[in-house]
Amino acid sequence: MPGVSLRIDDNEVDASPGESVMQAAVRVGVKVPGLCQMDGVSVVGACRLCMVEVAGTPRPRPACATPVAEAMDVHTDTEQLREHRKVLLEMLFAEGQHVCAVCVANGACELQTLAAQVGVDHANFTPPPSRLTMDLSHPRFGYDPSRCVLCTRCVRACAEVEGAFTWGVAGRGREAHLVADLGRPWGEAESCTSCGKCVSVCPTGAMFEKGTSVGQRRVKRALVSTLTSRRERESAREVLK
Amino acid sequence: MSKARVATVWLAGCSGCHMSFLDLDEWLIELSQLVDLVYSPIADVKAFPENVDVTLVEGAVANTDNLELLKEVRERSKVVVAFGDCAVHGNTSAMRNPLGDPGELVAEAYRDAVTKLHGELPNPENGVVPALLPRVLPAHEVVHIDAFLPGCPPSAERIRIAVEALLAGESPELAPELRRFG
Amino acid sequence: MSNGVDLFDLSQKEREAQAAYRRHVLCCGSTACLSGGAQATQDAIEAEIKERGLEQDVRVVATGCMGLCSRGPLVKVRTRGEDDVLYADVDADAGRRIVDEHVADGQPVADGQLSLQHPFFARQERVVLENMGEIDPNRIEEYIARGGYRALRDAVTTMTPAGVIEVVQRSGLRGRGGGGYPAGTKWGLLAKAQSDHKTVIANGDEGDPGAYMDRTVMEDDPHRVLEGMALAAYATGAKHGYIYVRAEYPVAVRRLEQAIRQAKRHKLLGKGLFGTEFEFNVEIRIGAGAFVCGEETALMASIMGQRGTPVLRPPYPTERGLWGEPSMINNVETLANVPTILRRGAEWFASIGTDTSRGTKVFALAGKLENTGLIEVPMGITLREIVEEIGGGVAGGKAFKAAQTGGPSGGCIPIKHIDTSMDYDSLLALGSIMGSGGLIVMDEDVAMPEVARFFMRFCMDESCGKCLPCRAGTFEMYELLDAICEGRATAANLARLETLCDVVRTDSLCGLGQTAPNPVLSTLHYFRDEYEARVVPDTVAAAVAADAGGASAHERSA
Repeated sequence: MPGVSLRIDDNEVDASPGESVMQAAVRVGVKVPGLCQMDGVSVVGACRLCMVEVAGTPRPRPACATPVAEAMDVHTDTEQLREHRKVLLEMLFAEGQHVCAVCVANGACELQTLAAQVGVDHANFTPPPSRLTMDLSHPRFGYDPSRCVLCTRCVRACAEVEGAFTWGVAGRGREAHLVADLGRPWGEAESCTSCGKCVSVCPTGAMFEKGTSVGQRRVKRALVSTLTSRRERESAREVLK
Repeated sequence: MSKARVATVWLAGCSGCHMSFLDLDEWLIELSQLVDLVYSPIADVKAFPENVDVTLVEGAVANTDNLELLKEVRERSKVVVAFGDCAVHGNTSAMRNPLGDPGELVAEAYRDAVTKLHGELPNPENGVVPALLPRVLPAHEVVHIDAFLPGCPPSAERIRIAVEALLAGESPELAPELRRFG
Repeated sequence: MSNGVDLFDLSQKEREAQAAYRRHVLCCGSTACLSGGAQATQDAIEAEIKERGLEQDVRVVATGCMGLCSRGPLVKVRTRGEDDVLYADVDADAGRRIVDEHVADGQPVADGQLSLQHPFFARQERVVLENMGEIDPNRIEEYIARGGYRALRDAVTTMTPAGVIEVVQRSGLRGRGGGGYPAGTKWGLLAKAQSDHKTVIANGDEGDPGAYMDRTVMEDDPHRVLEGMALAAYATGAKHGYIYVRAEYPVAVRRLEQAIRQAKRHKLLGKGLFGTEFEFNVEIRIGAGAFVCGEETALMASIMGQRGTPVLRPPYPTERGLWGEPSMINNVETLANVPTILRRGAEWFASIGTDTSRGTKVFALAGKLENTGLIEVPMGITLREIVEEIGGGVAGGKAFKAAQTGGPSGGCIPIKHIDTSMDYDSLLALGSIMGSGGLIVMDEDVAMPEVARFFMRFCMDESCGKCLPCRAGTFEMYELLDAICEGRATAANLARLETLCDVVRTDSLCGLGQTAPNPVLSTLHYFRDEYEARVVPDTVAAAVAADAGGASAHERSA
């Protein structure tokens, strides 16, 4: 299949059809920020942090979900995009309870790192918090909804890679939160294989291994993408046989 | 050249930000050549003075004393800095917010807990212990804040960069790795 | 029966049966009148007629909505050779009196009569609502007697699918659900898609506060929706249809279920229709009360049994829809236009309305007006005509302040634009939208920041929570609007609100979030002074926030 060439932040990029703008950008060293995108699982385009401007389209589009096209002219770092990213991250801090100082993910948190990169040094508005309770019913893992950014990486890793379909989202709007087995305590979710993929892909400290203390979280974030790429290679070999 | 008048205040926080400030070690001696520390928990001054150039505010606003002091700080300071995560966004000090009514929390701590001392509730009426606000607020929700210095605590390095900039009359520009929360 | 001759027979028989009665007492049995006691009225009328032994001569029919809902229960007496007489506010006693004096003795009751020449009725032009208040929605015979299913028969037996699309295209019909996308173009996209499993979906998940256009069509003329869907199916090559109805519309669900059964019995749905190969079946899917399920991708997710959240477009449903197959979603009102367009011709339809907005629009007229209810008007009518003539002016002699169109996705139109033409483009130019047809009139006593707060609360509650800007943004905007309304917001808070409007509008995933800031933006545009008047200095805000903010935190957690 013939490749396509496009411009990303004034870099000439050659890409394969079907690739996303985000994937193509990485190859020329342009890292578009994002929280919900993860290699190895499907694209949802929900966090809206990777919005980029594409010449000729009326509104910004998510880089993770926008396929490359011939002669596309993409800008990932305009003043408006930077400002919007900052506001979006501030919103995340405002809706959750992100207390880095007492979080297992302190120092290894994607939200914390993004906030620093984008220049969020305070949440502009701190509304009354909602009261969400932790699920500590699983013998090995815990879930703290107040640290959850609803990226649904865990939901997709569980369904698409582990095949367990344990996790889902319940509740609307600000009440949205993860549920195991349609609303049972995690520890009673019979579909859960305790594989820990959900925990390993969590960008924040919302999912954690019990017994880890502040800043102790060690994550294998590439676990899922490693698994999927190995599976792909394996099935390609099967085909060749 | 006259020395800058600098103050630090300690609201609802753990004093860790002030400890980190003391970690500036020998630079503190240089700093003392440049500034007069006109008010601070580590200086024995009772009332917050007038005409302060820069005030670093550690801690969130959790009770009526914090609220009054912060308003006074704002009125009497040219530049007010949210110093550390509690002042910046509430941090651990604000973790009581989702639990609701502070009256219940006070009762739990002073009267109902197994570790209670006298089993009596503090009475804000007698003026010794200030009343808790219904909700802990970050400094910028109470007064205008000129600069934010995140960190729990902000490292001595961050503090030095920020203070140097502020004394030079500039707003501090921290590199991404120096402005992360936590 | 399976061909047009039988359809014609049925129609003829029904008309003859109806003509045998000298008088007809049409009792509005639509939801608004029922909630005003219409059932008791009808019972009283029927009992009185029986008592007087008039059953052979007089027919009592529970019809659909007559429109002037604020004056219900409504009763219309129709006598052979005479003009119809309409009565308003008919309770059981008034109903008995109507039977005693008018039905029995031919002397119309003087009290409670409403002239059908009243502008509320005279200014309307009924296409979608042509059968409302005329037929018993429980009987397919009555729909057929008024020309129902004839458009379908003629299309299937004498027209090509492309020919049907061409008529719809030429009529200029645009989507009535809010977006205004040309219906013929959409139909063309589905027709072009290659698949044996195409689906047409009627979107009856009407959720705007105060709007009940689609509910009324589904409840009071269900066969019109089925016929519109069948025409869409024939034109696009779909064999299957779904009607997605919100669970809050139980009467609509019942009537549609019944209508589907009747249509199958008369071989107007099913296989081999009108002796051709054409086959079409319809199923009902009931929503669970989520506003976002009116968004087409969320609606499809809900039909498939998944959580009702939107997904990214493209691919558009006409490429990949239900179960990955090409699908097309049309609003109920859009589909309800189609049988009449086919019957009366594209030119006739296109002659109504404006150049870019052809035909009529049904509005749920609500708010501070003398007359409120369901109206259908030619597009291009001015807001002033609707408010002053049809609506009878603002209630209580108060002054008109603004009208909200498009519900929580729309905006307000202030007095200086009251002469605007009600069409897609003019409303868009004013920062509002046509929307699905909610039209709320506000008088001088209404505070616009509170209007914005009301709609933002709605959007916040109805956000599905999937994408960050809508989930967290509507919440933060609501909190800021609340702070403004309650006098604890600073100028910085107001500036923040405007920033959030921009971010949420630009970055949200679906239409719900993208349009959620509209009520704020438009009230800010036209009534900025009302916002600024409520802004307070920093220190005041802080003191109030320390008090009230905490209290609201407590309430929330309680």
